[in-house]
Amino acid sequence: MLMLVLGAAFAQAAEAPPAAADPVVEQRLKDLAEELRCLVCQNQSLADSNADLAVDLRNEVRSQIQAGKSDAEIRAWLTQRYGDFVLYRPPLKTTTLLLWTGPFVLVAGGVIGLFVALRRRRARVAAPALTDEERARAEALLRPDPGSPPA
Amino acid sequence: MTRFLVPLAIFLVLVAFLAVGLDLKPREVPSPLIDRPAPAFELARLDDPARAVRLEDLRGQVWLLNVWASWCVACLDEHPVLLEFSRSSPVPIYGLNYKDQREAAIAWLGKHGNPYTASVVDAQGRVGIDYGVYGVPETFVIDREGVIRYKHVGPVTAKVLNEKIVPLIGKLRS
Repeated sequence: MLMLVLGAAFAQAAEAPPAAADPVVEQRLKDLAEELRCLVCQNQSLADSNADLAVDLRNEVRSQIQAGKSDAEIRAWLTQRYGDFVLYRPPLKTTTLLLWTGPFVLVAGGVIGLFVALRRRRARVAAPALTDEERARAEALLRPDPGSPPA
Repeated sequence: MTRFLVPLAIFLVLVAFLAVGLDLKPREVPSPLIDRPAPAFELARLDDPARAVRLEDLRGQVWLLNVWASWCVACLDEHPVLLEFSRSSPVPIYGLNYKDQREAAIAWLGKHGNPYTASVVDAQGRVGIDYGVYGVPETFVIDREGVIRYKHVGPVTAKVLNEKIVPLIGKLRS
């Protein structure tokens, strides 16, 4: 941990971008870096992190943009070294299949479960609570007794 | 009966997922470089800046690449392990002195001992990036053909050395 803190402290000095920074390059760098994960502080994007390595990688991405590399080429360059882990949007492949389809599978399961539960309930409500014979008996019992005076 | 079994089953599945999750180490990012050729480099030696070490020079032998720096606190944890290993090691250990200052690095080796056959200087950390280094210390096992066969992120412990690295070296050398 201390090593990271020290690294970050070192980074401050090297952080200042070149004075005549090209705003187009900087914007592309920012857009790209926001989609990339910092490996040192893993819940920060490369754009947000001040870790030493993040600064280095931003500088590297900046010089690649200046060299005319496409975003896809730069992403490929990074994943070649650090794996899909650096991408906040991992590509769809067999190892990430569950990641991409999991939420939809869960929603589909929930919808099916809800549907089944509702159908079961409707069947229960629709089923007459009493048979015809029971109904007749109940009505007979509830009918006011002609012998007694009205309440 | 099912009214109890279903929630119990869901609960057990959840517990299983959480138990596995507890054991995962998110700091250890799987490296895409395993079983890939080690990235080429040509770097000056720490002890003699006039002499360079190239990846090709190391071909034909199994060797360890250990990324270290004098500012790296965790490197001190693994240092005794590496020193001990270097005394009986059948393979050379090369150090990649990562984003360090030469004098500080030399002083550090003087103070704590030098387990390295040689250290090379990666002052800008460019070679480090090629090797996907993100948390110093890191250790790579590279085979005779120059292919990376294993990577360990963080301090090498005696356990990692004896259970992973030494058996792998034995296999690669046989």
